[in-house]
Amino acid sequence: MLSTLYAVLFYFATILLVVGTGLKIRKYARTPAPLKIPTTPAPTTRSGVWLRMFREVVFFESLFKANKWIWLFGYLFHFGLLLVLLRHFRYFTQPVWFWVEIIQPFGVYASFAMVIGLAGLWARRFLVERIRYISAPSDHLMLVLLLAIGLSGMGMKFVAKTDIVAVKIFFQGLMRFQINDLPTDPLLLIHLGLVASLMIIFPISKLLHAPGLFFSPSRNQVDNPREQRHLAPWAAKLEKGGR
Amino acid sequence: MAPLDDAKPTTVTDVRGPDGHPLDIPRLACGAMADLQSFPAHVKHNERLGYPGELIDDWKEVAIAKIGELADKNRAFQVYLDACVKCGACTDKCHYFLGTGDPKNMPVARQDLLRSVYRRYYTFAGKHFPWLVGARDLTREVLDDWYNYYHQCSQCRRCSVFCPYGIDTAEISMAAREILDTVGKGQKYCNEIIGKVLDTGNNLGLQEKALRATLESLEEDIEEDTGVSVRIPLDEKGADILLIAPSADFFAEPHIEGLIGYAKVFHQAGVSWTVSSYASEAANFGLFIGSYENMREVSLRIRKAAQDLGVKRIVFGECGHAWRVGYSFLNTLAGPFDFLDQNFPIPQHILEFTHGMLERGELNIDKSRNDHIRLTFHDSCNVARGSRMGDMPGGQFEIPRAVLRAVCNNYFDMDRDTIMESTVCCGGGGGLLTDELLDLRTKGASPRMKAMQQVTEDHGVTHLAAICAICKTQFAKVMPKFGYDMDSILSVHQLVSNAIILDGQETNNTSAAED
Repeated sequence: MLSTLYAVLFYFATILLVVGTGLKIRKYARTPAPLKIPTTPAPTTRSGVWLRMFREVVFFESLFKANKWIWLFGYLFHFGLLLVLLRHFRYFTQPVWFWVEIIQPFGVYASFAMVIGLAGLWARRFLVERIRYISAPSDHLMLVLLLAIGLSGMGMKFVAKTDIVAVKIFFQGLMRFQINDLPTDPLLLIHLGLVASLMIIFPISKLLHAPGLFFSPSRNQVDNPREQRHLAPWAAKLEKGGR
Repeated sequence: MAPLDDAKPTTVTDVRGPDGHPLDIPRLACGAMADLQSFPAHVKHNERLGYPGELIDDWKEVAIAKIGELADKNRAFQVYLDACVKCGACTDKCHYFLGTGDPKNMPVARQDLLRSVYRRYYTFAGKHFPWLVGARDLTREVLDDWYNYYHQCSQCRRCSVFCPYGIDTAEISMAAREILDTVGKGQKYCNEIIGKVLDTGNNLGLQEKALRATLESLEEDIEEDTGVSVRIPLDEKGADILLIAPSADFFAEPHIEGLIGYAKVFHQAGVSWTVSSYASEAANFGLFIGSYENMREVSLRIRKAAQDLGVKRIVFGECGHAWRVGYSFLNTLAGPFDFLDQNFPIPQHILEFTHGMLERGELNIDKSRNDHIRLTFHDSCNVARGSRMGDMPGGQFEIPRAVLRAVCNNYFDMDRDTIMESTVCCGGGGGLLTDELLDLRTKGASPRMKAMQQVTEDHGVTHLAAICAICKTQFAKVMPKFGYDMDSILSVHQLVSNAIILDGQETNNTSAAED
């Protein structure tokens, strides 16, 4: 019964995540940028823009310039999360991919970085007057959700281990549309329930900053307006009206 | 920490806090600037631009629909509304926040004035759980907040440098002003001026006759000063270069000295050039109100003038937002310029022109003529973060400095965190250069003024050079409040003009006539 419930939940969450985010990305991609607005100095070539975007995604370059504390906690969290997520591939692949094996030991300890980062970010929402002012309840809850996911996951790794083999059989079953028995440890059920919620709210929340960055005209445009004429389709229609 | 500013006008000369840094973060002063309202546009100003004359009855529905329309037409608006995570990186980056302490002048909070309404009507979470995500109904209070606080943004883009997603509050503030215009709640300063450009060709409403008389008297002044006849031609068909200068260059100090500088450089270059009475304005306030259509209309005047006069090149004078529109948008709005000489940048900045001549050694310069000046340079916000000069990224920082160093012996940069891409706005840009906002303008100028006070203390700096008509007017007005004379602000080409020795110029050793 519980296994079926979680199976349905994960199918539902996956569909919402993929379709919802896909629709948002389609909206971003289809909406024209009428003017050239890169924040300058900006790269003058396409490859330069790739490099700029790489530095933003991998090093959080702009954030580093802005505020070292937010950068530190944000970086700990995001790269902790990345390693933890990659480590989780071991529950979906058989045999486990070799590079997942390699990062496994790092992934385990990355959870600490992730939780420390989240705690730091959350503390700033209380301690820094300016950030307290701009925080809505959802901004707090998002951090609570991620923290709870991290802590419940660590709980299973370091405190009350679950039957991870059975969990893996459950998820590999889902990938073949079979429902196998899911262990019923409370920590596991909490962890999975929260992860499913995170997947569901992804396309309707500020988590859209992840795809959004790639569509940000101030970062992804080439600085070449004098050399190359840029014209949005709706603006081209204005010209047909004659000048 | 800087002392908490209250809503009273700043009149102190040294505004630095105990630790004296120009970017000291104030304590929050909620509502400090809530009542500051720039004058609303007259019915005829709004209607001239195709907007309703006054607030329409169904403003709420129209405003909400306009948000959706803009989100469909402008990717930046859509992505920026969605992507913000409220990390706080931008919260201490706005000069108006630093100067006023009003939290609604923090970039993210300024965006949220509109984002909260977008969320309420266009997102699942905001429709069903508004309290959770800070979504709110569009009410009259919210609309008034939009009007007040979106006219406390100079659209300088400083916040966009530091945002991890590049969110540019200028884009949100421009969209907000367009929404306000669409419901009949335009701002007088911007809308009246755009109307003047459409009617007369320039922001000042100068007619051709007055312009011609002014330019002729300037020619006489130059000849009196130098003994050389330097022309400032108007509407001369067949000239090579069309100069598009901000109209302030024709009438205000220190702007005029800059115009004289351009004229001397062109004279020495031996090129034929002309000003146009039809397109006698570089600035394009269509940008400030976020109106593509109005911005295009103003830009098309430049195209028409270039075609009518049969010029081969377009050169822009010293003007910040104008150069952003010129460099970044002109090709889009009024291109393609296939009828111009493709061997030169279209358009070209006057500093690119002068810098080229200096590099080739084609100007005879006597730097000592600027020895009475100890100089620093204010990077104008829209040149710094919305445009470029030359071939390399960052040329907009290097070229003005190279020119200044070539004509002036005593040059010193201000604190690195307040110049180049991190430059703090003069406090008067983006449609705020109007008297009723003087209190805001003074407070917004304080980070820049503190940075200047530092170099005055450290290096004895006496003067500030700028390449923007708004910056120059703003500084002339606010610098006296910070212990400087109003003529401490100079045009970059004024310094060029001081130092240049024209062919045939009589040089007695009585030093520069200026200042």
